[in-house]
Formats: sequence, structure tokens, C-alpha cells
Amino acid sequence: MAGLDRREEVWSALNAVTDPEIDESVVSLEFVTEVNIDSSNRVEIDFRLPTYWCAPNFAFLMASDMRDAVTALEWVKDVSVRLFDHFSADLINRSVALRQDFRDAFPGETDDDLSAVRQKFLGQAFERRQELLLQYLMARGYGPDWIARAGLSELIGLELDQEGIALRNLYLFTRRKIDPNAEENALAFTTQDGMPLNGPELKSYLRKIAATRRNAEFNGFICRSLLSGRVKRSQSENPEVSGEISVP
Amino acid sequence: MFTTKSGEKILVVDGHVHLWDGSDENCKNRYGEEFIKCFYDYHKLSPKEYVWPYKKYQKYTDEDFEQDVFENGYVDIAIFNPQYLGDFYHHGFSSPDRNEAFRKKHPDRVITNGFWDPRNEEAGLKQLEQDAQKYGWRGIKLYTAEWKGDSKGWKLTDPWSYRYLEKSQELGLKNIHVHKGPTIRPLNKDAFDVADVDEVASLFPDLNFIVEHCGLPRLNDFTFIAAQEPNVYAGLAVAIALIHTRPRYFSEIISELLFWLGPDRILFGSDYALWQPKWIIDKFMDLELPADLVAETGPLTLEMKKKILGENAARLYHIDIGEQNKRFGQPISERAEPAGITAPVA
Repeated sequence: MAGLDRREEVWSALNAVTDPEIDESVVSLEFVTEVNIDSSNRVEIDFRLPTYWCAPNFAFLMASDMRDAVTALEWVKDVSVRLFDHFSADLINRSVALRQDFRDAFPGETDDDLSAVRQKFLGQAFERRQELLLQYLMARGYGPDWIARAGLSELIGLELDQEGIALRNLYLFTRRKIDPNAEENALAFTTQDGMPLNGPELKSYLRKIAATRRNAEFNGFICRSLLSGRVKRSQSENPEVSGEISVP
Repeated sequence: MFTTKSGEKILVVDGHVHLWDGSDENCKNRYGEEFIKCFYDYHKLSPKEYVWPYKKYQKYTDEDFEQDVFENGYVDIAIFNPQYLGDFYHHGFSSPDRNEAFRKKHPDRVITNGFWDPRNEEAGLKQLEQDAQKYGWRGIKLYTAEWKGDSKGWKLTDPWSYRYLEKSQELGLKNIHVHKGPTIRPLNKDAFDVADVDEVASLFPDLNFIVEHCGLPRLNDFTFIAAQEPNVYAGLAVAIALIHTRPRYFSEIISELLFWLGPDRILFGSDYALWQPKWIIDKFMDLELPADLVAETGPLTLEMKKKILGENAARLYHIDIGEQNKRFGQPISERAEPAGITAPVA
């Protein structure tokens, strides 16, 4: 059925949108609660965050990324993204609908758009994914010398199991975002600023990126816990929403 | 006081506790309601048997505190780090008057910290002087995400903040507990950025900056700053509550903190009533770091645990450990104090 396929397409487009702090998909984090497509191919997306207080700039980033990801589907006529249960939901929803810049959404409260914060979190995602891949490779015998000199094409050509392929794809995705013009013979592993990972400094660099990865994991865990608490709470406040039968 | 299996008695200072009122009657608006609800979601990181019904969590009594913190929770001395939130609650989320009344009941066991807000400018400086004296404050708790009118927060590096830090120093309020919350201006920056801690810590080397929740959600940035600034400390509230649901995560955090800050700059805090000190301390005392972390950063020894649970805070707050051990040799129920406890207003 075409309708089902289109829903799948929307979910799959949303799946590529990440929470900037946690570097995980807004779908796997269960932020998206509802996707509706009407007969004119207008898409409505509802989402909710772990707390009423989540930083509005991150909420704005996620909302506009979702809008753009779904707009990119060829058949989509219009997209409306609705954040709910958040202190600045109205402002964010309105300006995302109007395709405004973040500066227009919060006039007087910003001194620039969100490109710097976006860049910061792209850098963190790069480090996190690189760390996961490096740990995986080191556990399989790839040492500091190999890490320091391996080229992109060599990394791409490595025969890996499924887990390794997934980690490599995740890493390469952010690596391409950070350095879109990298040539095949460029180093596979550098810092986010493109500096090579020299043997003697590798250990402290690995410690640094492990801290980045760990930080994202902690935040992911806390967000999941808070969201699950929030969902249960709102279900017990509105039993009809959850479909639970209240026992007298 | 915690007694180890071998019989050793350990001083416990809980560096972060509250007596709050998030009741419906005290809520000014939806923000007040959402704030306490969000706190309640954090509360659910507790082991099941420690989760309170929501109503009780909104407003609990002095007796609940005495029982959970002093009697069952091993805590010898509790440090109040209040959040006022005057835009959300009619009488404040934490009330300095209530904290002071509680301190008067337990003068040997309670230390109260106060708060200031740089957006109160000149008038607030005078108020701070009066409050510090009236309430016998020993330190300051700052919550940078507090709303005030149109403002959704402030930074430690705001010009008026420097004036307040100077005043704090002048008044002998040397321990500055910083809770970095979201929504600082400008909004386009990382809302949890901890760089302002770095700046004021260098500028005020005689003040101690205890960064609550060890900088979470920016633990990685925090550890880099703390490594460079000797007057920056990690408060364990929130992070240590992960010890129940995610012991491995917590082990990684503590091992990271030990690597960057060492054992002398980490302070235990339960954040009661978010979580009860009893289960946290039981689990913390039982905790042994996994072998891979020990290989990386070394073990978490009993000596280190003693520092974290009490000795470090004792140093910052001039608590005489020998004196405390004599005084608190017995649990509170066996001391001649309960007669002085009056019925709660609730």
C-alpha cells in the first residue's frame, strides 16, 4: 500500500535526524510520537522532549532538521512539525513553520544563528563515532602506527563484520560532513580539525574522545530515564490516553 | 556516620540537600508545576522501594528529612543548597526561613548556604549582606538557569556577577556551589557551557567553586577545566544516583574525576529529596571499580571514599572531624534531641 510505504519513508527520513547532544536518532530516542500523512501528502510530525525545560536551541535544531529531512522526500507537499509539552513550544513551532532563522524565532535573545553550536556538536559526534570505531579496531589488533597512517581508502576497504561496518558507516558519515572534500588518500583518522594522530599523543587524544563519547552516553541515559518517567506520569494523569483501564 | 564491615566509623557530610515546597498551593504558574514534575522524573532513578508518591514528593516534612537523612541515611552533617525560583513559587521552592528554622533545630548537623542573583544589582548586594548575617549562611548556591521576568538565566561572567562574587568573598562566603542549568543567553550558544566557571575560578582563586552534578551534561568540558583550576571541585549530586541503574556508567564517571581532579576535590551529595542518601551510600561503599578502569586510572580505595563522603567537605567547611566523631558517636534517635522537635507546619 502506498500510504504505508510513505509512512515508512517519513520515519526513515526522521531516523537520520539526531539529537545534537546525544548523537542518536530522534526516533530511537522516542522523541517522535506521531506521524500523519493526509490525502494531499501533507505530513504532520509530533515530538516531545525528555523535559519541559530542554534547551530551546537544541529543540529548534531538531524541529528544523526534521522539517528539512521530510521536505526532501519528493512526494511531500508540506510538513508541519509540532513540539509539545515544552516551555517554548509555541515560539519554536511557529518559526519552524515559517522557516525562520533561529534569530527571528527568539528576537533579542541571540547574537547569531545556530551554526556555531551546530558545528560544536558535529565535532563531538565526530569524536564519539571515531572513538567507538577506534576501540573496535584496536580490540582487533590495529595498533597506533596503523591508526596514524591509514588512509581513507584503506579504511573503506577493510573487511569487517556487521558491527564493524555499522561503526565505520557512522564515522564516515560525520567525517564527510566535517571534511566534505577529503580525497581517497587522505588520512582516515585525524582530529576534528584535521590534525594527524601522532603515536605519542594518541593515548591522551583517545582519553579525550573517550570522555566525549562517555558524556554523550550519560546524557542519553539520563534523557531516556526522564522521558520514560515523563511518559508514565502523563499516562497516569490521563489514563484515557494510554488506553489503560482504571481499576476502581 | 557510616560503619564499615570491619567496624571503622566514617564521617558523612551530605554536600547537597533540600527542604522544598513544590505543592500545588505554592506553585505560581505552570512553570512551577513543570519544575517539580521534572524533579519527580529524576527521582525515579531511585530503587523502586525508595520512590515516593508524587504528593509526598511535592512537599515533605522536617520529620521525613530527619529520618531519611540523619537517622537512616548515615549523614552527620547536611549542607543545604537551596533553589529559590521566585518566578515559579509564591514562597520560593526552598525558603531561607524554613531552612534557618531547621538549622536552629539541628545546629550541629545543618549548614545552610544561601543564594544571590546578579540581576538584582545594587539592591541585591545589600540584601545579601543582611541575609548572610540573618541566616548564618556559610556558602552560596547559584542556579544560572533561574528565570527572572523576561530573563531566562545568567552567566557567572556577567558584570554584576563579579560584584556579587567580590561581596561573597568579603563576607567570608568562600564556597560557591554552581549549578549550571540550561537556557542562558545568548540562546544560540551551547546552553550548558561551563567556560564561565573557568574564568571566574581563575579570577577568584580564594573562592572554592563546587560545580554541582560535576558539570553534567558537560562532564567532559568540566573535567578539562577542573584539571587546570585547583579551586574547582566536583559535586557528585545526580551523577552518583546513576550508581543504582547504571553502576558501570557511574564507575566511569568517578574514575574520570579521580584521574583529572584527584580524590581531594570530589564531594558527595545526595540532592535529597531527589534521592535518599541511604541507598546511595550503601552502594558507593560497596562499589569496586571494574578491572579495566582500575588498569586505566587506579582503584577507588577506602581512603578515597572517606575523602569523598566527608573529609573533603569537612575541609571546605571547617568541620573538625575529631570533634564530630565524638559528638556523633550515636545515631540521632539515641540523643536527647527529639524532644525539641516541633510538629511540622504541613
